[in-house]
Amino acid sequence: MKRRGDAALRIWRNRSRLLLAVFALIGCGLGARAFELQVLQHDFLLGQGQERQQRVVNVPAHRGMVLDRHGAPLAVSTPVDSVWADPRELLANKDAWPHLAKALSVARAELAARLAEASEREFVYLQRQVTPSEGARIAKLEIAGVHLQREYRRYYPSGEVLGHLLGFTDIDDRGQEGLELAFDAWLVGNPGQEHIVQDRRGQMIKRLQSVRVAQPGRDLTLSVDKRLQYLAYRELKAAVQRHGALSGSVIVLDVHSGEVLAMVNQPGFNPNDRGGFRKAALRNRAVTDVFEPGSTMKTFTVAAALEQGRVTPLTSIDTAPGRLRVGQHTVRDRHNLGVLSVSDILRKSSNVGASRLALAVTPEALWSIFSRAGFGQSSGSAFPGEASGSLAEHSRWREIEQATMGFGYGLSVTALQLVRAYAAIAAGGVLPEITFQKRTEPVEGERILSQRLAAALTQMLEGVTLEGGTGQRAAIPGYRVAGKTGTSKKSTAGGYSDDRYMALFVGFAPATAPRLAAVVVINEPGGEVYYGGQVAAPVFSKVIAGALRLLDVMPDDPRVFQASAGTVGDAS
Amino acid sequence: MRARVVAMLLLTPVLISTALGVVYTQHVSRSLVVQLQEQKQGRDDLNIEWSRLLLERSTWATHARVERLARERLGMHTPSFAEMEVVRR
Repeated sequence: MKRRGDAALRIWRNRSRLLLAVFALIGCGLGARAFELQVLQHDFLLGQGQERQQRVVNVPAHRGMVLDRHGAPLAVSTPVDSVWADPRELLANKDAWPHLAKALSVARAELAARLAEASEREFVYLQRQVTPSEGARIAKLEIAGVHLQREYRRYYPSGEVLGHLLGFTDIDDRGQEGLELAFDAWLVGNPGQEHIVQDRRGQMIKRLQSVRVAQPGRDLTLSVDKRLQYLAYRELKAAVQRHGALSGSVIVLDVHSGEVLAMVNQPGFNPNDRGGFRKAALRNRAVTDVFEPGSTMKTFTVAAALEQGRVTPLTSIDTAPGRLRVGQHTVRDRHNLGVLSVSDILRKSSNVGASRLALAVTPEALWSIFSRAGFGQSSGSAFPGEASGSLAEHSRWREIEQATMGFGYGLSVTALQLVRAYAAIAAGGVLPEITFQKRTEPVEGERILSQRLAAALTQMLEGVTLEGGTGQRAAIPGYRVAGKTGTSKKSTAGGYSDDRYMALFVGFAPATAPRLAAVVVINEPGGEVYYGGQVAAPVFSKVIAGALRLLDVMPDDPRVFQASAGTVGDAS
Repeated sequence: MRARVVAMLLLTPVLISTALGVVYTQHVSRSLVVQLQEQKQGRDDLNIEWSRLLLERSTWATHARVERLARERLGMHTPSFAEMEVVRR
């Protein structure tokens, strides 16, 4: 009995041990699994979970507006939607393709080809920058795998009128040309990022934290006056068309502050129409293109002669017989102008007279005044692609070069440099600091001429637009205008061309208390008429007449008050 | 022992009410998030509308158009200098 009992007990004990062992094993297994999940794979699993629920989303930030000096919008970023797809999802959902193709207004085959090409990727743009209403229509279709992304598109309400000055942005709203490029860092918005929790349908449930706060771009107020800009645009375009010219530029400056009030070029382009850009039309010629300034330089030759005390405005210079031999070369006038005073050299634009004056001063003196007036160096406007022109060091000049420099050949300048140098004369000898931004406080420029010299030059330049001067057509009724014409032959491979010219006029008004300086450049007028005084001067007159009226500048021509006294009440 | 029971009886409703509080604030926060989203959407819509109107206005008010209307419809012209009166203050 006892043996049987013992045996039973042992069996029972063994069984219970086995059972315990099995339970212990199960317990260990569970523990190990729990350890694996909770400790070893914890990060991986947590990551997986969060990947399904949590997202870091971009918060778009718009680009700053560009405004004119009176606050009119010139460039505005408006929200648009870009349609993108996850091809892996969309490829599985072929039924929706016809609807989608219709909503995007693309051919079905094209859509299929696009998706097939991108089938390995997770992201493909179907269409960028559709209007918000089109975007809403696509969102309404609720096609799995098709999503919208908020973006901004740049619009330029003034179109071609401000095309060159503003430039444009690329599809990602980054500046590519013009002021959009120059001030990109100021204008650009920094998109933010947010960490969010979303539900199964992709709706945001909770914002966990802001990774980076979105910073919209800052607005930029330009020095440009939209009304003057349009005026300059209209007159330049008309003149370029009338004369069949290749291209042209107009710049209007505030002579005291150096603010650019208007800057236009032809041919132009419409920055809203990204597809239709022609490379040649994109250039802001007023700052990127250089040319030989021709007769417009004579003013500074005269300035050098006056500054050195060689002559006074009334000194007589004999230019007969309209030719001057310098070494092996001959400088010519169009006609024999005989004996001229120094003012008459400017008024009649005599090459011989200017050469004589240039040869009467030291090369250093001539170079110095050209250099002080800002030729041969960048104007500091910071406009992308600005050219600095060229002005050779005086120690390398030969005699003939010194003579031709005197009437503007042998150096090259930009339209901006030219108008800035004349603005210095207008401002009493202080070279203004060029800016495209509206100035809130005055910036003192560098003095390059004495006040007396500037006043003397102004008086002589007034003669150019009066009876008998080459620039009569630049005259503006009611105002006194000072300026200088220029007609420069274009240099070609074998010397100077005889039928390709640049017609120039540069000047300022009103002469008694100058406010505005402007330059008009017409490149290769095609017809019989090609002199600066015939082609460029009328544009100057129209633009500045309109600008003075818009800016409410008091007429300063004393003849006005005598003449108008008789016409009181006769306004019909 | 008695003190424990009393504490438990007191703390249980507190526990339940804070639990409900958590649920409630969760709910409120979610609906606020939804509201925030809606407001942002509204802001975007207004921005879109504003820039559309801005562009529309500048299209209608283009200098070229205003000038053409003034000339053609209203028969206006830029006065020549002879037609002007200069008034000195």
